[in-house]
Amino acid sequence: MRLYLKYFAIHLKSQLQYRTSFILTTLGQFLISFSAFLTIYFMFSRFHTVEGFSYSEVLLCFAIVLTAFAVAECFARGFDTFAAMIGNGEFDRIMVRPKNEIFQVLASKIEFSRAGRFVQALIIFIYAISASGIYWSMDKFLTLLLMMISGVVIFSGLFIIYAGLCFFTTEGLEFINIFTDGGREFGMYPLSIYGKEVLRFYTYVIPLALFQYYPFLYLTGRVQSFLYMLAPLPGILFIVPCLVFWKIGVRRYKSIGS
Amino acid sequence: MKKYKSFLRIRFINGLQYRAAAYAGVATQFAWGFMELLMFRAFYKADPSAFPMEFSQLSSYIWLQQAFLALFMTWFFENDIFEAIARGNVAYELVRPMNLYNMWFVKNVASRLSRAALRCMPILLVAFHLPRPYNISLPDSPASFLAFLVSMALGTFVVVAFCMLVYITTFYTLSPLGVKIISISLVDFLSGSLIPLPFLPDGIRSVVELLPFASIQNVPLRIYSGNIAGYEAALSIVLQIFWLLFLIALGRLTLARALKKVVVQGG
Repeated sequence: MRLYLKYFAIHLKSQLQYRTSFILTTLGQFLISFSAFLTIYFMFSRFHTVEGFSYSEVLLCFAIVLTAFAVAECFARGFDTFAAMIGNGEFDRIMVRPKNEIFQVLASKIEFSRAGRFVQALIIFIYAISASGIYWSMDKFLTLLLMMISGVVIFSGLFIIYAGLCFFTTEGLEFINIFTDGGREFGMYPLSIYGKEVLRFYTYVIPLALFQYYPFLYLTGRVQSFLYMLAPLPGILFIVPCLVFWKIGVRRYKSIGS
Repeated sequence: MKKYKSFLRIRFINGLQYRAAAYAGVATQFAWGFMELLMFRAFYKADPSAFPMEFSQLSSYIWLQQAFLALFMTWFFENDIFEAIARGNVAYELVRPMNLYNMWFVKNVASRLSRAALRCMPILLVAFHLPRPYNISLPDSPASFLAFLVSMALGTFVVVAFCMLVYITTFYTLSPLGVKIISISLVDFLSGSLIPLPFLPDGIRSVVELLPFASIQNVPLRIYSGNIAGYEAALSIVLQIFWLLFLIALGRLTLARALKKVVVQGG
């Protein structure tokens, strides 16, 4: 942990060296999520409701997904750019160091410009929380916290799978983007609006719905059962197969030379 | 002219090499288009009367957008151009007996074409055979199909001409990251790649439709399904030509100025 904090400080310092670029990138991140917000705004000014969800409820859902994604992307960014790390032999250097590889990849990159997204998510959050009319009792607050944690873990797991695939293909595979970027883009809306099959897919295969949809029903008072509130917990377990997959990948890793 | 043609051919063949990546890309785009359609379906169910275009037109729009993604998306930058500028390799390019602007322009068009050529067929084929109204319908009329082709070429040129401006700013900023990401996010929204422009409120829409970004994918995709037709279509194509000439002129001008005081980095 102390070592991670040290990495943290180094990354922060080095990224602040290129101040203009850093500010512009942060601003860009903000704008990207801002245009996502605009689409929701414009769609709702036309349609008012979707599958029974109101504007402020969708915003709340959007904010939760965006926050989880921003945090995961900020810290697990090393996995996102992992293809390059295999390509330039950096991973060989990691293998010979006496520290856990996952830790090292995790620490190899921390993307602070994702703060742009995070700030955006926070603003929408504050708005949505006050506009949604939810009475924030202790259990609702706990639900929200669980959703966040589970979301960060699930998105990180997806990044790890993405990186793990590189062991087999040496190049990143684009289709996992459907779950990472796609999870962010389509997770703006509660996943049930896409129909039963999609919801089932996102429950049992890629468990995004476990943190985004089921607890959300509890949060907005649609269901009373505590089971829904606890749905993010099995979602967290998603990290286990991801790590196993990664381990398998590392075991069969052959350096590509150079 | 001949040298640009062979340049185009080399880039095109080069682009065709990455077939495995292309197939993975096709799967991605297919799933993406599918999710998008489902999302719009949910809104359609909420209030069909508020839908600004016919659902079948929207389906055509989305599938064509996915099929020709490589032609229209802002984010297909040529990273080696950025690198050439930032690292100073642009010096080599300058000693070649070719116009730098034309060369880069051709390069961009060629790699977009090769990407699109690899990816569009499977998506189009499958999307044609989907059940109504989720499929691509046939073009509205032969005339609109012809207009679609013309307008698609123009749209591709417009987006490349815009990308050229982003490359050129790198002469001043050296790091392309910030400018790149800001321009991508702006154009994505204003060109109708996030949601088709008819979904915007009328006041905003009429302004956005005049901007150069609307001349990228908005025009060809809507001409295809007959959402823009007749006189209006002709007008939109004229607007596309105007923006194309404007962006090219602006690009040439700024490039000339940037080259006049270019400092080549490193040795």
